[in-house]
Parts: sequence; structure tokens; C-alpha cells
Amino acid sequence: MAIVQAINLTKKYGKLTAVETLNVEIDEGEVFGLLGPNGAGKTTIIKMFATLLEPTSGTAKINGFDVIKQPAKVRESIGIVFQEPSSDELLTGYENIKLYAMMYGIPKDEIKKGISEALELVELTNRKDDLVRTYSGGMRRRLEIARSLIHKPKVLFLDEPTLGLDPAGREKMWAYISQLVEELKMTVLLTTHYMEEADTLADRIGIIDQGKIVVVDTPKALKATLGGDLVTINASTIPISELEKLKYVKKIKQENHKVILTIENVSRNLQPLLKVFGKIDSVEVRNTTLNDVFLSFTGKRIQEEGKSTWFDKIIQESTSRA
Amino acid sequence: MTLRGVSAIWQREMLTFSREKPRIVSAVINPIFWLLTFGAGLGSTVSIEGINYQQFIFAGIIVQTILFSSIFYGAYLVWDRRIDLLKAILVTPLSRFSIFFGKVLSGVTIALIQSVILLFFGLFININYTLISLILVVLIIVVTAAGLTALGLTIGSFMTSPEGFQLITTFVIFPLFFLSGALFPLANLPVYLGTLTSINPVTYIVDMLRGLLIGLQYYGTIENLLVMIGFVLVAMFIGTKAFERMRS
Repeated sequence: MAIVQAINLTKKYGKLTAVETLNVEIDEGEVFGLLGPNGAGKTTIIKMFATLLEPTSGTAKINGFDVIKQPAKVRESIGIVFQEPSSDELLTGYENIKLYAMMYGIPKDEIKKGISEALELVELTNRKDDLVRTYSGGMRRRLEIARSLIHKPKVLFLDEPTLGLDPAGREKMWAYISQLVEELKMTVLLTTHYMEEADTLADRIGIIDQGKIVVVDTPKALKATLGGDLVTINASTIPISELEKLKYVKKIKQENHKVILTIENVSRNLQPLLKVFGKIDSVEVRNTTLNDVFLSFTGKRIQEEGKSTWFDKIIQESTSRA
Repeated sequence: MTLRGVSAIWQREMLTFSREKPRIVSAVINPIFWLLTFGAGLGSTVSIEGINYQQFIFAGIIVQTILFSSIFYGAYLVWDRRIDLLKAILVTPLSRFSIFFGKVLSGVTIALIQSVILLFFGLFININYTLISLILVVLIIVVTAAGLTALGLTIGSFMTSPEGFQLITTFVIFPLFFLSGALFPLANLPVYLGTLTSINPVTYIVDMLRGLLIGLQYYGTIENLLVMIGFVLVAMFIGTKAFERMRS
């Protein structure tokens, strides 16, 4: 049974439609990645799931509870880590979690054990009595993951869990999340605009663009939709007619002395493929990435590696205003 | 409303408060500064109905302290909202009213701590307390602080960014303070000032406190009491509503 279910979920701000008739089901124990560029509506979806934002129309069910009619029940069922840090800087890590545990009504005698387990999981035990002010960005994010787990939620929402972390911190965070999923068998919905992140963590990915889910599938199946990996060959003569006869060649794109081929099962078929050519100047093999998938489904590139900074936003805003 | 949830909010605010040293220092030093400079300075030449000016404004300075402390504390909510802290609380099963109540309780506690220091200081300017008057004064401080914190929370729930903070002083705190008779007697005021002070609920609170502290009172006690209770109930009601409709 689906533990998260969006039913015609829609959010409009005036004329702008942030999320358009979203229908999606996430199964129990699954890691689901919402992948899309900034402003695609990912955070809006999470906010509606978390009862922080009321849908314009449609609804969602979390753990069987309706986000509009049973918000309190939904809140008990979920844990959430926001995009922006939301811990109290003037409290210690331990205090931060303890106060949230109290708000969730966790019995006093269970709190201590729960907190030390949660802190252990994110490896913050030795820093638990330091003020959060002294934590690094990655540590804060980990603390918030620990906090979001304290009431043992059925579903965990992670909104851009590695935004603003350096590459090392990002990989570490991925390891924590994977471990968490494995140990706690938790359902996770994560949003991200990092291809690699979705690829590494998610069992299934929903590609979202301008408030609409374009496609939902496993990373592997998504990549398979492109038919194979890309092989670029530079050669003085290109035997087009022979290439067309090969079954494993899915697409051919020729530019002068260069040909870009989409090849099924490249590891097995590369060698016979090269035999068709005479003299070859260079060969380049590139495995299909989610980026290619994203491009083929939405017709545009996702902004990678946090390149859409506030600076880009300002430029976008000023140009749209002009 | 859950007691432990309210207690969690309260503990959080108290821990934060106790670790913000500059806030504590200014909260304690400011009112004493007023008494020592303004009160003593004017008091050297001015006395009101035979009462030393420093003693006369003592009730007013207590109310001023609560005004600044509680309203700012409440309006500080805008900061919580900005740094996503409030969002994290709003996704817990804790009801909005519990959060609101925990906040009001915290605002009252902080105002009370500051007032107690001031009341102690009152001993040095010859304020004669009795056990009864002290208990009643503390009760009034608690009730007033609750109302003013609710007012601050209402303002904080409507604000979208902390930039407007200075405006609160100019358009809320100063009018409530200067038009309350905290610094001047209510008798024989020019008509416009008399009208403005009479529609300011803070006037009645200052008056009641002054009656208890130095025995000088302009309005009747029942009148003062009714205005105070009315003000607090209205402020709490509006505050609760504002809190419920607030967007994270």
C-alpha cells in the first residue's frame, strides 16, 4: 500500500501554478527522489505533505491520513529536514533534540535513550553538549536528521538534504541517509536538484518540471529509456550504411567526420562496433546520466552543482522585470 | 493543549534568553538608568503632589520595562519564522495554541525577572512595600506582560521581515508609553492629551500600580481593573487568532 499518496494535488499562487494536479504514490520502505531544477515546485509539494501549506485543490494522504482533514495525525507520522537550517543556535545539540522530543510527547524515560540512539546514528555523540552555533553546516544537517527521527516517523521528508555542503560533506551525508534507510527501514521522500544524489539514493525518481511530474521510474529504467550509452567516434570515413544494419545501434547522428551513436549494452558491443570502421582517430564512450534523461524529458538541462545561486536569481528576476 | 509541549517551548525560550548576555544586561540596566538620570534629574526640582518625582515615575518605569520586554519578545517571532525555526515547531503535533501559550508564558517570565530587579531597586528610592501590595503588583505585572506579549506576537505574526522592527518602537511602544501618564500626572491635562491618555489601556495599568506603590491613584480601582482585564482578554484573543492564521 502507498504510504504517501498525492491525489490531484494542486497549489496556485494567484495566476502562477506552483504544483499542477500531482498524482503520485510512494510505497512503504521506498526512497523516492523528486528531481527537478530550483523553482520546479519540489518544496511546495513537501510543504503540502507536511501540512505547512494548504493545497488549492486536491489532497494528499500520508500514512493513511488526509493532510487537510487530519493534520495532527499527519504530523505525528512524519519527520522533516528543511532546506534551511532550523536548529536553535543557542542550544546544544542535545537540548535541541530533547525539546522536540517533548513536543512530540515522548515519555520522559524514553527520551534519553532515544536521543543517544539518534545522535549515535549521525555520529554527533561527542559534540552533543556543544552549542549548535559551533557546528559546521554538515553537522547541523545531521543534527536535524537526528531530530527528525526522534519520534520514529513513518515517513521522512528531506528537502535538498545536501544543499550548501561541500562535495565531501555531501558524500558523507549520502552515506548517513543510506545507512538510515537500511537500519530503520524508513520511507524517505527527498527532493534534490543534484542528479548524482537522486541516482545514488533513490529507488525511484520522479522528474518534476514547472510543477508537473514528467516521468516516474527507477534510475536504471529512466536511463534505459534513452536506449543506451553514447559513443562518439572520429574517423575520416564513416560507414553509415553498415552502422544502420547493426541491431545494437539505436541512434546515429553524424557531423562531418564525427558520429555520435547510441549503443545498447556498450560493454559487450563496443568491440564489434569498432571493427566496422576502418581507421579511427578517436573514440569516446560516455555512460548515460540522469542529466541526459532530464534533458530528453524536459528539453532542458538541470542547473547542476548549485550553479543557480542568488546571483542567477537576481539576474533572472531583473531580466524578467525589464 | 499539552503541558509538556508548552513546557518545551518555555524551556527553549528560557535557555535562549539565559545565553543572550547582551539582552539581559540591557534589559536590567535600561530601566535603572531611566530612574537614575531622568527620575533623579527632574526629581531634583520637580515634585508631584508632594511626592518625589523619582518615586512618581517608578510605576511608569516598571510598565515601560514590560512594554519593551514583552512587545519585543513577542515580535521577535518574525525572526523565528525567518530562520525556519518556527516551521520546525509547526510540523510537530503541538497545537498552535500550545505554542502561543508557551510563548506568552515565556514573555511573562522574562518581564517578571526584569520587574523583580526593578522592584528590588525600589527599596533604594524609599518605596514602601507591604506583603499585600507586593503580591498585587506582581499579579498586575504578570497579567500586563501576558497581554503585551500577545500584542507583540500578533505584530510578529503579521510582519514579513525583521526590517520593520524600529517602527514598533515608534508606532506602538512610544505612544503606549508616553500617552500613559507614566511620566506625568493625569489631572489637569490639556484636552487632546487627556483624551489620548484616557483611551490608552496602559494608562489604567500605570495608575493602578502607582496606587499600590505610592498611594497616588487617579481612576477608581474597579475601573482600572476592568480596563486591564478587558485589554488582556482582547489581546490574547486577537493573538490566538493571529497565530492560527499565520503562514509559516
